[in-house]
Amino acid sequence: METQEFIPVDVFCIHHKVETAFVVSLQEFGLIEIANINEADCIPVHQLSELEKLVRLHEDLQINLEGIDAVAHLLQHIKEMNKEMQVLKNRLSLYEDV
Amino acid sequence: MASVDYYKTLGITKNASDEEVKKAYRKLARKLHPDLNPNDKEANKKFQQLNEANEVLSDPEKRKKYDLYGENWEHGEEYAKARQNRSANSGGQQFGGGFEGGDFSDFFSSMFGSGSSSQARFKGQDYNSELRLSLRDAYTTHQQTLNVNGKSVRITIPAGIENGQTIKLKGYGSKGANGAPDGDLYITFAIANDAKFKRTGNDIHTTVDLDLYTAVLGGETIIETFDGKIKLKVQPETQNGTKTRLKGKGFPVYKKEGEFGDLYVTYNIKIPTNLTQEQKELFLQLSKLPS
Repeated sequence: METQEFIPVDVFCIHHKVETAFVVSLQEFGLIEIANINEADCIPVHQLSELEKLVRLHEDLQINLEGIDAVAHLLQHIKEMNKEMQVLKNRLSLYEDV
Repeated sequence: MASVDYYKTLGITKNASDEEVKKAYRKLARKLHPDLNPNDKEANKKFQQLNEANEVLSDPEKRKKYDLYGENWEHGEEYAKARQNRSANSGGQQFGGGFEGGDFSDFFSSMFGSGSSSQARFKGQDYNSELRLSLRDAYTTHQQTLNVNGKSVRITIPAGIENGQTIKLKGYGSKGANGAPDGDLYITFAIANDAKFKRTGNDIHTTVDLDLYTAVLGGETIIETFDGKIKLKVQPETQNGTKTRLKGKGFPVYKKEGEFGDLYVTYNIKIPTNLTQEQKELFLQLSKLPS
Protein backbone atom coordinates (compact mmCIF):
# COMPACT_ATOMS: atom_id res chain seq x y z
CA MET A 1 0.00 0.00 0.00
CA GLU A 2 1.30 3.45 -0.88
CA THR A 3 1.75 5.80 2.09
CA GLN A 4 1.60 9.56 1.85
CA GLU A 5 3.22 12.03 4.22
CA PHE A 6 1.53 15.20 5.41
CA ILE A 7 2.50 18.35 7.27
CA PRO A 8 -0.11 20.19 9.38
CA VAL A 9 -0.96 23.57 7.88
CA ASP A 10 -0.41 25.37 11.20
CA VAL A 11 3.11 23.88 11.54
CA PHE A 12 3.94 25.06 8.04
CA CYS A 13 2.53 28.53 8.77
CA ILE A 14 4.51 28.94 11.99
CA HIS A 15 7.72 27.85 10.28
CA HIS A 16 7.25 30.15 7.29
CA LYS A 17 5.64 32.99 9.26
CA VAL A 18 2.55 33.14 7.07
CA GLU A 19 -1.13 33.40 7.92
CA THR A 20 -3.17 30.19 7.82
CA ALA A 21 -5.77 32.13 5.84
CA PHE A 22 -3.22 32.63 3.08
CA VAL A 23 -2.63 28.88 2.70
CA VAL A 24 -6.37 28.24 2.78
CA SER A 25 -6.86 30.88 0.06
CA LEU A 26 -4.26 29.15 -2.12
CA GLN A 27 -6.35 26.02 -1.80
CA GLU A 28 -9.50 27.94 -2.71
CA PHE A 29 -7.74 29.18 -5.85
CA GLY A 30 -6.97 25.55 -6.70
CA LEU A 31 -3.23 26.09 -6.48
CA ILE A 32 -2.59 23.52 -3.75
CA GLU A 33 -4.46 20.65 -2.13
CA ILE A 34 -5.19 20.44 1.56
CA ALA A 35 -6.26 17.19 3.19
CA ASN A 36 -8.24 16.96 6.40
CA ILE A 37 -6.72 14.32 8.65
CA ASN A 38 -8.07 13.78 12.16
CA GLU A 39 -9.80 17.16 11.91
CA ALA A 40 -6.53 18.94 11.14
CA ASP A 41 -5.76 20.62 7.80
CA CYS A 42 -2.64 19.06 6.32
CA ILE A 43 -0.45 19.59 3.26
CA PRO A 44 0.80 16.56 1.32
CA VAL A 45 4.61 16.58 1.43
CA HIS A 46 4.93 16.34 -2.36
CA GLN A 47 3.25 19.76 -2.57
CA LEU A 48 5.65 21.39 -0.18
CA SER A 49 8.11 22.82 -2.71
CA GLU A 50 5.27 24.26 -4.81
CA LEU A 51 3.68 25.83 -1.73
CA GLU A 52 7.03 27.28 -0.63
CA LYS A 53 7.44 28.81 -4.08
CA LEU A 54 3.99 30.44 -3.84
CA VAL A 55 4.83 31.78 -0.37
CA ARG A 56 8.08 33.26 -1.72
CA LEU A 57 6.20 34.96 -4.58
CA HIS A 58 3.83 36.46 -2.02
CA GLU A 59 6.44 37.44 0.56
CA ASP A 60 9.41 38.45 -1.61
CA LEU A 61 7.46 40.16 -4.38
CA GLN A 62 4.28 41.25 -2.59
CA ILE A 63 2.17 39.56 -5.25
CA ASN A 64 -1.46 39.18 -4.21
CA LEU A 65 -3.47 35.97 -4.61
CA GLU A 66 -4.90 36.87 -8.00
CA GLY A 67 -1.38 37.65 -9.24
CA ILE A 68 0.00 34.40 -7.82
CA ASP A 69 -2.79 32.50 -9.55
CA ALA A 70 -1.91 34.10 -12.90
CA VAL A 71 1.85 33.63 -12.40
CA ALA A 72 1.42 29.96 -11.39
CA HIS A 73 -0.62 29.25 -14.52
CA LEU A 74 1.86 31.01 -16.76
CA LEU A 75 4.81 29.20 -15.16
CA GLN A 76 3.04 25.88 -15.72
CA HIS A 77 2.42 26.89 -19.32
CA ILE A 78 6.11 27.79 -19.79
CA LYS A 79 7.14 24.48 -18.22
CA GLU A 80 4.94 22.53 -20.61
CA MET A 81 6.18 24.51 -23.61
CA ASN A 82 9.81 23.96 -22.60
CA LYS A 83 9.14 20.25 -22.30
CA GLU A 84 7.50 20.17 -25.71
CA MET A 85 10.36 22.18 -27.20
CA GLN A 86 12.87 19.70 -25.75
CA VAL A 87 10.96 16.75 -27.23
CA LEU A 88 10.92 18.48 -30.62
CA LYS A 89 14.65 19.29 -30.37
CA ASN A 90 15.38 15.65 -29.59
CA ARG A 91 13.26 14.58 -32.53
CA LEU A 92 14.98 17.07 -34.82
CA SER A 93 18.42 15.81 -33.80
CA LEU A 94 17.38 12.42 -35.12
CA TYR A 95 17.34 13.87 -38.64
CA GLU A 96 20.19 16.36 -38.27
CA ASP A 97 22.70 13.71 -37.20
CA VAL A 98 22.04 11.41 -40.16
CA MET B 1 35.51 41.82 -5.05
CA ALA B 2 34.61 44.09 -7.99
CA SER B 3 33.27 47.51 -7.15
CA VAL B 4 29.60 47.90 -7.94
CA ASP B 5 27.26 50.79 -8.29
CA TYR B 6 24.24 49.86 -6.26
CA TYR B 7 22.24 52.77 -7.64
CA LYS B 8 22.92 51.58 -11.17
CA THR B 9 21.94 48.03 -10.19
CA LEU B 10 18.58 49.34 -9.02
CA GLY B 11 18.31 51.78 -11.93
CA ILE B 12 17.85 54.84 -9.71
CA THR B 13 19.66 58.10 -9.10
CA LYS B 14 21.70 58.94 -6.00
CA ASN B 15 19.00 61.23 -4.66
CA ALA B 16 16.23 58.64 -4.96
CA SER B 17 13.90 58.54 -1.96
CA ASP B 18 13.46 55.47 0.23
CA GLU B 19 10.13 54.89 -1.48
CA GLU B 20 11.80 55.02 -4.92
CA VAL B 21 14.43 52.50 -3.76
CA LYS B 22 11.70 50.17 -2.57
CA LYS B 23 9.71 50.62 -5.77
CA ALA B 24 12.73 50.02 -8.02
CA TYR B 25 13.70 46.91 -6.04
CA ARG B 26 10.20 45.45 -6.24
CA LYS B 27 9.94 46.14 -9.94
CA LEU B 28 13.26 44.44 -10.75
CA ALA B 29 12.69 41.61 -8.26
CA ARG B 30 9.45 40.75 -10.05
CA LYS B 31 11.42 40.53 -13.26
CA LEU B 32 14.44 38.60 -11.96
CA HIS B 33 13.12 36.45 -9.10
CA PRO B 34 14.51 32.88 -9.41
CA ASP B 35 11.03 31.36 -9.06
CA LEU B 36 9.96 33.29 -12.15
CA ASN B 37 13.13 32.43 -14.06
CA PRO B 38 13.83 28.77 -13.42
CA ASN B 39 17.15 27.58 -14.89
CA ASP B 40 18.14 31.12 -15.93
CA LYS B 41 21.65 31.57 -14.52
CA GLU B 42 21.92 35.17 -15.66
CA ALA B 43 18.65 36.18 -13.99
CA ASN B 44 19.70 34.40 -10.77
CA LYS B 45 23.03 36.24 -10.74
CA LYS B 46 21.32 39.60 -11.32
CA PHE B 47 18.81 38.83 -8.57
CA GLN B 48 21.65 38.27 -6.09
CA GLN B 49 23.20 41.62 -7.11
CA LEU B 50 19.81 43.25 -6.77
CA ASN B 51 19.40 41.90 -3.24
CA GLU B 52 22.86 43.09 -2.30
CA ALA B 53 22.08 46.58 -3.62
CA ASN B 54 18.72 46.66 -1.88
CA GLU B 55 20.18 45.49 1.41
CA VAL B 56 22.52 48.48 1.44
CA LEU B 57 20.31 51.17 -0.08
CA SER B 58 17.15 50.31 1.85
CA ASP B 59 19.00 50.71 5.15
CA PRO B 60 19.52 54.45 5.82
CA GLU B 61 22.65 53.87 7.92
CA LYS B 62 24.32 51.61 5.36
CA ARG B 63 23.27 53.87 2.51
CA LYS B 64 24.84 56.87 4.23
CA LYS B 65 28.14 55.04 4.53
CA TYR B 66 27.97 53.76 0.98
CA ASP B 67 27.32 57.30 -0.24
CA LEU B 68 30.25 58.57 1.82
CA TYR B 69 32.88 56.10 0.59
CA GLY B 70 31.45 55.64 -2.89
CA GLU B 71 33.15 53.25 -5.24
CA ASN B 72 36.29 53.14 -3.11
CA TRP B 73 34.55 51.14 -0.44
CA GLU B 74 36.40 48.01 -1.51
CA HIS B 75 39.72 49.63 -0.51
CA GLY B 76 38.32 50.69 2.82
CA GLU B 77 39.72 47.73 4.68
CA GLU B 78 43.20 48.54 3.40
CA TYR B 79 42.78 52.18 4.45
CA ALA B 80 41.54 51.09 7.83
CA LYS B 81 44.55 48.79 8.27
CA ALA B 82 46.97 51.48 7.09
CA ARG B 83 45.33 53.91 9.47
CA GLN B 84 45.62 51.43 12.33
CA ASN B 85 49.31 50.83 11.57
CA ARG B 86 50.02 54.51 11.33
CA SER B 87 48.24 55.16 14.62
CA ALA B 88 50.27 52.42 16.30
CA ASN B 89 53.55 53.76 14.90
CA SER B 90 52.98 57.43 15.54
CA GLY B 91 51.15 57.38 18.83
CA GLY B 92 47.59 57.86 17.66
CA GLN B 93 48.07 60.36 14.84
CA GLN B 94 44.93 60.70 12.71
CA PHE B 95 44.98 59.35 9.17
CA GLY B 96 43.79 61.98 6.74
CA GLY B 97 40.65 61.43 4.75
CA GLY B 98 37.79 61.74 7.15
CA PHE B 99 37.35 58.16 8.39
CA GLU B 100 35.70 57.84 11.74
CA GLY B 101 37.19 55.09 13.88
CA GLY B 102 35.55 51.67 13.73
CA ASP B 103 32.77 52.48 11.30
CA PHE B 104 34.42 50.82 8.35
CA SER B 105 34.77 47.37 9.84
CA ASP B 106 31.23 47.57 11.19
CA PHE B 107 30.04 48.53 7.76
CA PHE B 108 31.74 45.60 6.07
CA SER B 109 30.79 43.02 8.64
CA SER B 110 27.17 44.05 8.55
CA MET B 111 27.17 43.96 4.78
CA PHE B 112 28.89 40.65 4.28
CA GLY B 113 28.14 38.16 6.97
CA SER B 114 27.32 39.00 10.52
CA GLY B 115 24.24 41.04 9.74
CA SER B 116 21.60 41.86 12.29
CA SER B 117 18.43 39.80 12.66
CA SER B 118 16.42 42.56 11.03
CA GLN B 119 18.01 41.83 7.65
CA ALA B 120 15.85 40.43 4.90
CA ARG B 121 15.65 36.65 4.47
CA PHE B 122 16.65 35.46 1.03
CA LYS B 123 16.59 31.95 -0.24
CA GLY B 124 20.08 30.74 -1.17
CA GLN B 125 21.16 30.89 -4.78
CA ASP B 126 20.22 27.90 -6.91
CA TYR B 127 23.04 26.03 -8.61
CA ASN B 128 22.76 24.63 -12.11
CA SER B 129 24.81 21.77 -13.35
CA GLU B 130 24.93 19.58 -16.44
CA LEU B 131 25.49 15.85 -16.31
CA ARG B 132 26.51 14.01 -19.45
CA LEU B 133 25.25 10.49 -19.96
CA SER B 134 25.47 8.00 -22.77
CA LEU B 135 22.22 6.63 -24.16
CA ARG B 136 23.16 3.29 -22.61
CA ASP B 137 23.59 4.97 -19.17
CA ALA B 138 20.13 6.49 -19.49
CA TYR B 139 18.66 3.07 -20.24
CA THR B 140 19.18 1.75 -16.71
CA THR B 141 18.53 3.15 -13.25
CA HIS B 142 21.92 3.82 -11.74
CA GLN B 143 23.68 5.88 -9.13
CA GLN B 144 26.30 8.56 -9.61
CA THR B 145 28.28 10.62 -7.15
CA LEU B 146 28.64 14.30 -7.96
CA ASN B 147 30.91 16.85 -6.36
CA VAL B 148 28.94 20.00 -5.63
CA ASN B 149 31.08 22.75 -4.12
CA GLY B 150 33.19 20.25 -2.20
CA LYS B 151 30.21 18.20 -1.04
CA SER B 152 29.68 14.69 -2.37
CA VAL B 153 26.14 14.14 -3.53
CA ARG B 154 25.02 10.65 -4.43
CA ILE B 155 22.07 10.66 -6.78
CA THR B 156 19.96 7.94 -8.30
CA ILE B 157 19.26 8.51 -11.96
CA PRO B 158 16.03 6.77 -12.95
CA ALA B 159 16.02 4.81 -16.20
CA GLY B 160 14.39 6.65 -19.07
CA ILE B 161 15.63 10.13 -18.24
CA GLU B 162 15.32 12.42 -21.28
CA ASN B 163 17.93 14.56 -22.96
CA GLY B 164 17.47 18.09 -21.56
CA GLN B 165 15.43 16.93 -18.57
CA THR B 166 16.21 18.69 -15.31
CA ILE B 167 15.91 17.27 -11.81
CA LYS B 168 15.95 19.32 -8.63
CA LEU B 169 17.91 18.42 -5.50
CA LYS B 170 16.37 20.50 -2.77
CA GLY B 171 18.75 22.31 -0.43
CA TYR B 172 21.96 21.60 -2.36
CA GLY B 173 22.35 25.21 -3.56
CA SER B 174 24.07 28.01 -1.65
CA LYS B 175 23.15 28.83 1.94
CA GLY B 176 20.08 30.98 2.53
CA ALA B 177 20.57 34.40 4.13
CA ASN B 178 19.36 35.02 7.68
CA GLY B 179 17.65 31.69 8.22
CA ALA B 180 15.99 31.51 4.79
CA PRO B 181 16.04 28.10 3.07
CA ASP B 182 19.11 27.02 1.14
CA GLY B 183 19.01 27.14 -2.63
CA ASP B 184 18.46 24.07 -4.78
CA LEU B 185 20.66 22.22 -7.20
CA TYR B 186 19.28 21.74 -10.70
CA ILE B 187 20.88 19.00 -12.77
CA THR B 188 20.19 19.00 -16.49
CA PHE B 189 20.98 15.80 -18.31
CA ALA B 190 22.75 15.89 -21.65
CA ILE B 191 22.40 12.52 -23.30
CA ALA B 192 24.86 11.91 -26.10
CA ASN B 193 23.65 10.44 -29.35
CA ASP B 194 24.48 6.81 -29.93
CA ALA B 195 26.05 5.60 -33.16
CA LYS B 196 23.69 2.65 -33.39
CA PHE B 197 20.50 3.77 -31.71
CA LYS B 198 18.41 6.90 -32.01
CA ARG B 199 15.81 7.75 -29.45
CA THR B 200 12.51 9.59 -29.84
CA GLY B 201 10.68 9.77 -26.54
CA ASN B 202 10.47 6.19 -25.34
CA ASP B 203 11.03 4.62 -28.74
CA ILE B 204 14.37 3.53 -30.17
CA HIS B 205 15.23 3.44 -33.85
CA THR B 206 18.00 1.35 -35.34
CA THR B 207 19.09 0.27 -38.78
CA VAL B 208 20.37 -3.23 -39.43
CA ASP B 209 22.06 -4.62 -42.48
CA LEU B 210 20.39 -7.59 -44.14
CA ASP B 211 21.98 -9.75 -46.79
CA LEU B 212 20.20 -9.96 -50.12
CA TYR B 213 19.42 -13.65 -49.86
CA THR B 214 17.70 -13.40 -46.46
CA ALA B 215 15.78 -10.37 -47.70
CA VAL B 216 14.58 -12.24 -50.80
CA LEU B 217 14.00 -15.68 -49.33
CA GLY B 218 13.20 -14.78 -45.71
CA GLY B 219 14.94 -16.14 -42.65
CA GLU B 220 16.34 -14.88 -39.39
CA THR B 221 18.70 -12.17 -38.31
CA ILE B 222 20.26 -11.38 -34.93
CA ILE B 223 20.00 -7.78 -33.78
CA GLU B 224 21.55 -6.01 -30.81
CA THR B 225 19.43 -4.13 -28.30
CA PHE B 226 20.36 -2.43 -25.00
CA ASP B 227 18.96 -5.51 -23.35
CA GLY B 228 21.06 -8.02 -25.28
CA LYS B 229 20.80 -9.78 -28.61
CA ILE B 230 17.48 -10.90 -30.05
CA LYS B 231 16.58 -13.08 -32.98
CA LEU B 232 14.27 -11.53 -35.53
CA LYS B 233 12.26 -13.34 -38.16
CA VAL B 234 12.60 -11.80 -41.63
CA GLN B 235 9.71 -12.12 -44.05
CA PRO B 236 10.49 -13.30 -47.61
CA GLU B 237 10.71 -10.46 -50.20
CA THR B 238 11.57 -7.86 -47.60
CA GLN B 239 12.20 -4.51 -49.31
CA ASN B 240 15.06 -2.14 -48.56
CA GLY B 241 13.96 0.39 -45.90
CA THR B 242 11.26 -1.86 -44.47
CA LYS B 243 10.55 -0.93 -40.89
CA THR B 244 9.61 -3.45 -38.20
CA ARG B 245 8.27 -2.56 -34.79
CA LEU B 246 9.25 -4.61 -31.75
CA LYS B 247 6.70 -3.75 -29.11
CA GLY B 248 8.08 -3.16 -25.61
CA LYS B 249 11.72 -3.41 -26.70
CA GLY B 250 12.36 0.32 -26.66
CA PHE B 251 13.44 2.69 -23.90
CA PRO B 252 12.15 2.36 -20.34
CA VAL B 253 9.41 4.87 -19.51
CA TYR B 254 10.69 7.37 -16.90
CA LYS B 255 9.63 6.39 -13.39
CA LYS B 256 7.20 3.74 -14.66
CA GLU B 257 8.76 0.44 -13.79
CA GLY B 258 8.18 -2.34 -16.31
CA GLU B 259 6.91 0.02 -19.05
CA PHE B 260 8.92 0.35 -22.24
CA GLY B 261 8.57 2.08 -25.58
CA ASP B 262 9.03 0.25 -28.87
CA LEU B 263 12.06 -0.60 -30.96
CA TYR B 264 11.87 0.24 -34.67
CA VAL B 265 14.23 -1.71 -36.90
CA THR B 266 14.85 -0.48 -40.43
CA TYR B 267 16.39 -2.97 -42.84
CA ASN B 268 19.26 -1.90 -45.02
CA ILE B 269 19.65 -4.55 -47.69
CA LYS B 270 23.23 -5.08 -48.72
CA ILE B 271 23.84 -5.94 -52.37
CA PRO B 272 26.60 -8.53 -52.61
CA THR B 273 29.91 -7.37 -54.04
CA ASN B 274 32.95 -9.20 -55.44
CA LEU B 275 30.75 -11.77 -57.17
CA THR B 276 32.35 -14.89 -58.55
CA GLN B 277 31.87 -15.77 -62.19
CA GLU B 278 29.40 -18.48 -61.19
CA GLN B 279 27.36 -16.06 -59.09
CA LYS B 280 27.27 -13.56 -61.92
CA GLU B 281 25.99 -16.24 -64.31
CA LEU B 282 23.33 -17.31 -61.86
CA PHE B 283 22.17 -13.69 -61.43
CA LEU B 284 22.11 -13.38 -65.20
CA GLN B 285 19.95 -16.49 -65.49
CA LEU B 286 17.72 -15.12 -62.79
CA SER B 287 17.37 -11.80 -64.60
CA LYS B 288 16.24 -13.55 -67.77
CA LEU B 289 13.43 -15.38 -66.04
CA PRO B 290 10.01 -13.76 -66.43
CA SER B 291 9.16 -11.80 -63.32
